[in-house]
Amino acid sequence: MAPKETRIVTKFLHEHPDDSWTIDAAVANGAYKSLRKALTEMTPEQIMNEQVKASGLRGRGGAGFGTGQKWSFLPKDVFPRYLAVNADEGEPSTFKDHMLVERDPHQLIEGIVITAFAIEAHVAFIYLRGEFALGADRLERALADAYARHFVGNNILDSGFDLEIVLHRGAGAYVAGDETGLLESLEGERALPRIKPPFPAVQGLYAQPTVVNNVETLSTVPHVISRGGEWYAGLGVNRSTGTRIFSVSGHVERPGNYEVELGMTFRDLIEGLAGGVRGGKQLKFFIPGGASSPWLLPEHLDSPLDMDYVQNDLKSMLGSGAVMVFDETVDPLLVAWRLSKFFAHESCGKCTPCREGSSWIERVLYRMSHGEGRPEDLDLLLDFGDNIVPGLNAPFAQTTICALGPSTMSPVVSLGRWFRDEIDERMRAQAEPTATKVLIR
Amino acid sequence: MPFTDANVIKARAIIARYPHAKSAVLPLLHLAQDQDGWVSRDAMEEVAALLHIEPAQVLGTCSFYTMYKREPVGRLVVSVCTNVSCLVNQGPELLAALRARYAGDDDVFVEEVECLAACDLAPVLQVNYDYHGPVTPDAAATVIDEYKAGTRVARTVSGGRVA
Ligand SMILES: Cc1cc2nc3c(=O)[nH]c(=O)nc-3n(C[C@H](O)[C@H](O)[C@H](O)COP(=O)(O)O)c2cc1C
Ligand code: SF4
Ligand code: FES
Repeated sequence: MAPKETRIVTKFLHEHPDDSWTIDAAVANGAYKSLRKALTEMTPEQIMNEQVKASGLRGRGGAGFGTGQKWSFLPKDVFPRYLAVNADEGEPSTFKDHMLVERDPHQLIEGIVITAFAIEAHVAFIYLRGEFALGADRLERALADAYARHFVGNNILDSGFDLEIVLHRGAGAYVAGDETGLLESLEGERALPRIKPPFPAVQGLYAQPTVVNNVETLSTVPHVISRGGEWYAGLGVNRSTGTRIFSVSGHVERPGNYEVELGMTFRDLIEGLAGGVRGGKQLKFFIPGGASSPWLLPEHLDSPLDMDYVQNDLKSMLGSGAVMVFDETVDPLLVAWRLSKFFAHESCGKCTPCREGSSWIERVLYRMSHGEGRPEDLDLLLDFGDNIVPGLNAPFAQTTICALGPSTMSPVVSLGRWFRDEIDERMRAQAEPTATKVLIR
Repeated sequence: MPFTDANVIKARAIIARYPHAKSAVLPLLHLAQDQDGWVSRDAMEEVAALLHIEPAQVLGTCSFYTMYKREPVGRLVVSVCTNVSCLVNQGPELLAALRARYAGDDDVFVEEVECLAACDLAPVLQVNYDYHGPVTPDAAATVIDEYKAGTRVARTVSGGRVA
């Protein structure tokens, strides 16, 4: 049987491609019904425990932390509390939140209001990636319409609950997607991540208890409320409950976002839904969860989209849900170099291993991928990489303040794991008649 | 240029949205860039004055973020992605072709950017933050020339509002 999507979060935007972002279309389709249900039939504790915790929903931003569990870390009786919505989507090749913001802003707003009610926050900030201009327009419009219909603002739907939602546009910085970098940026600073603890739940925005959640996570919440945590927990596999949106790109016939029940195989996603490798070519490798995740090979295609399986058995991660597919013509060194250039560019510079390491890796990978490598280069990379990620074993140990530092090693570790023979041979050939080459740019 | 009167009013409304004024640094810098097309020293000083902080604090924040242009750029900012999904779909070739074509053109500022979160459209570019993709170099030039000629309407430079 041909594999199928299971559309929950993306159902409405697919069914109403011409106006899904308007309040009339959204409300006609049942938007904000879950909000009414939550505000009139449930207490914050019930939402947190009986619905969201029971659903098994885990964060869709990258780390996969239990959503209800995260909310429950808020210290009792400390107010005000804030909700920060992570709409900064900068993980290379991830483009699902972008779609959710542009094409279903009311679903997101509904999820925000329910979540704010559950965590007893009265101000929420949406940190939207600066480059999402259309997203900003649509979200701004959607917020104004939602305020006008009393879905946001004071005394929402006569429940007595008040919530302000502030749309805050970023300005170009991947590291502002890290939850503490995001909070710094929201405070008007450079987006330098903070040392944890204290965690944001305890001391976040303006040193107050703060929950940071991803757009897809929050867009799922209304569905958990309307159909119940238990229903959601019945979808998916093991501790990866429900559905996730995977952004599939690179050398596939049909690149795009696919919402599938967790537990589907990579093969069904890549070959079944995305149409497989373009032009009848062979698959060389794929990256399963954004630039920060270690790479996988064709032999892993029959593995399940299960967050724990991918982490424990495949030593990678489902991360942000970005699946990048590369055919047999692709030079893995070139891909590794380009990703390392990204990390070097985006490193905020606060931690030495990341600041120095990322640019060293970039320079060595540059020469390796541009015909100027040396036979010892791969070992050199792994050797100083060990100072960034001691042991070089996934899940990566962290010597730095945020996870960007260790992420720089994902391409390098992958080269060592899967392409050593190919690279050794090439480096020996490159090194042969060593003319006076410029070895470092 | 100093903020227009209308933008001063807007700026005050933005500041009022936040529990702490300094949070308004990013939005006020966007406002300045929307108005002038770039963020000048004077604009940073004005933002600082509105927020009762030092100009150096505004510069410190401003200089961290790639969208803020601290030198005048052309009317059209063309951002070409070369991250990996675009890399394997001729993104770098697109960038090189557009750089060559608009090398002497003061209206068009071509920049290389990281993943724009639209990789299903690879290779992707933005013109003043409007997305186009997938595009060949020739198709991209046609689009850019339409913006130049005014037959397509471009956003203001920081990716802010259209109507
Ligand atoms: C360098 C870096 C960049 C990140 N970028 C994003 C991002 O763009 N969007 C996002 O939701 N999470 C991002 N994260 C993860 C966040 O820190 C955080 O875990 C997430 O927003 C929590 O939301 P969730 O629990 O709903 O997934 C990033 C993390 C790091 C270290
Ligand atoms: S790991 Fe890198 S990006 Fe993260 S805080 Fe340290 S220097 Fe900054
Ligand atoms: S890699 Fe170019 S838009 Fe994502």
